[in-house]
Amino acid sequence: MTEWMGTILMKRARKLGYLFKEGVHNMFSHGFMSFAAICVTVACLVIIGSFSMIVYNMQLMVQDLEQRNRILVYIDENYNTAEAKSVGSQINLVNNVQQAVFQSRTEAMERFVAQQGGGEAYAGIDASTFRDRFIVTLEDNALTQQTVDALRQIKGVADIAARSEIAEGFTTLQRILNIGSVAIIVVLLVVSLFMISNTIKLAMYDRREEIGIMKIIGATNRFIRFPYFVEGFLIGVISGAVAFFLEWGVYDLLTNRLMRADSVGLLSSLVPFKQVLWVVAIAFGVTGLLVGIIGSVMSIRRFLDV
Amino acid sequence: MIDFENVTKVYEAGNRALDGITLHIEDGEFVFLVGPSGSGKSTIIKLLTAELEPTSGSVTVNGYQLEKIKKRAIPAMRRTIGVIFQDFRLIENKTVFDNVAFAMRIVGASNREIKKRVPYVLDLVGLENRARRLPNELSGGEQQRVAIARALVNNPAMIIADEPTGNLDPARSYEIMMLLERINALGTTVMVVTHEKELVNRFTKRVIAIDEGRVINDGMDGYYTYEES
Repeated sequence: MTEWMGTILMKRARKLGYLFKEGVHNMFSHGFMSFAAICVTVACLVIIGSFSMIVYNMQLMVQDLEQRNRILVYIDENYNTAEAKSVGSQINLVNNVQQAVFQSRTEAMERFVAQQGGGEAYAGIDASTFRDRFIVTLEDNALTQQTVDALRQIKGVADIAARSEIAEGFTTLQRILNIGSVAIIVVLLVVSLFMISNTIKLAMYDRREEIGIMKIIGATNRFIRFPYFVEGFLIGVISGAVAFFLEWGVYDLLTNRLMRADSVGLLSSLVPFKQVLWVVAIAFGVTGLLVGIIGSVMSIRRFLDV
Repeated sequence: MIDFENVTKVYEAGNRALDGITLHIEDGEFVFLVGPSGSGKSTIIKLLTAELEPTSGSVTVNGYQLEKIKKRAIPAMRRTIGVIFQDFRLIENKTVFDNVAFAMRIVGASNREIKKRVPYVLDLVGLENRARRLPNELSGGEQQRVAIARALVNNPAMIIADEPTGNLDPARSYEIMMLLERINALGTTVMVVTHEKELVNRFTKRVIAIDEGRVINDGMDGYYTYEES
């Protein structure tokens, strides 16, 4: 019994080894079609990857701008500095407040003067013209109005300067970006899958006769399919790797040029590729593999029914 | 062994390719299956290789009852027969050796077995010096010999040859038939489907003639007799 099982296992191992070699050999012997499948897959991955990187960067830029959109909470002018500071503990208790930084009248005046470029015109200005204030950063800009309403209820808060329309604008922009990018990525993915599967189908159609011969001399479907699986796997791995390095090179090149051309610091928050290296590598690897394997194995299905 | 019991095959389009055929071929026989185009010869081959199922009746090949066979058992059944086609059907990017070895790979033969058996079979068909060539580097007759070697290599109980000489000149055709006769002499059942009456008449073998899906003659008296009747 054990000997019999050993023989079966030996035969299976031999078959597997042979089929793996066949898959590798097939890829090279049908070089042009393999090359075409790799090119189409690489092109699709790079297009989707680049678009995703653009969207990701835009989202980060919007988030960065959102962070810069702060609200000012002015404290009653009759409060002294110590009393004014104590209001901060209540401000921090309000939902959606991420951070509240105190700025005294004097600091506010100095900042104002500095913003105006200094000069003698402001020499006699008195700090009492200004109010103590808190610079408040919110967690979610979409809730600006509700937060402002809650802050107004705090004793000692005299006034609030908030540009809720700008905050809402950022929120809307982010929503549009999210929905738009998902929709475009889905469309790109579907188009890519269609193109890749058609290219692989074409490659398999080229071999329908070969598959027919295998069937008629007694090959099982699994025996026929395995080399195609290996081939699809290799096409996927190669495509994923080529697309990854291409994406890396193109991205680095473009971001370097853009940063150099950006004199006002608008693009300072562009993500360095190394920061997303693993995510892109895994995404490209998995997508390449899935597309390669599913594409080749699915494509030969209809030729197996002989 | 082949057993057709009242077999009818009607295609989806409605044409009746076989109409109640009954025939029996014993192990070790050499049989010619003859008939004009559209008589049902190809349908018989497709039924024998389980590419088609009969509409009614029973088909038994080497102990497999094909009207009941499960899909997963078909490859094992096909390994009991070796099929030879008019257009050779060799894998173009494999050498002669690899084309023949491929049939052994399917049954999980070891490299040692393959290295021993393939040269023997190539020698049997007279291609011992062509092992490293690709099919398109060979003549038609040589390609057909490769196909015969491939059909033989797993020692099948039966060889089915579908118009094996259709693409060959008379001299090469005769050589192929002689080779098939030699294979039959070694104990393999051989069924040759052809419409070349001269070739059939050069051998004194059992001839089954079919027309319009029916057996119209079955005997040792040859194709020519059938045509006169």
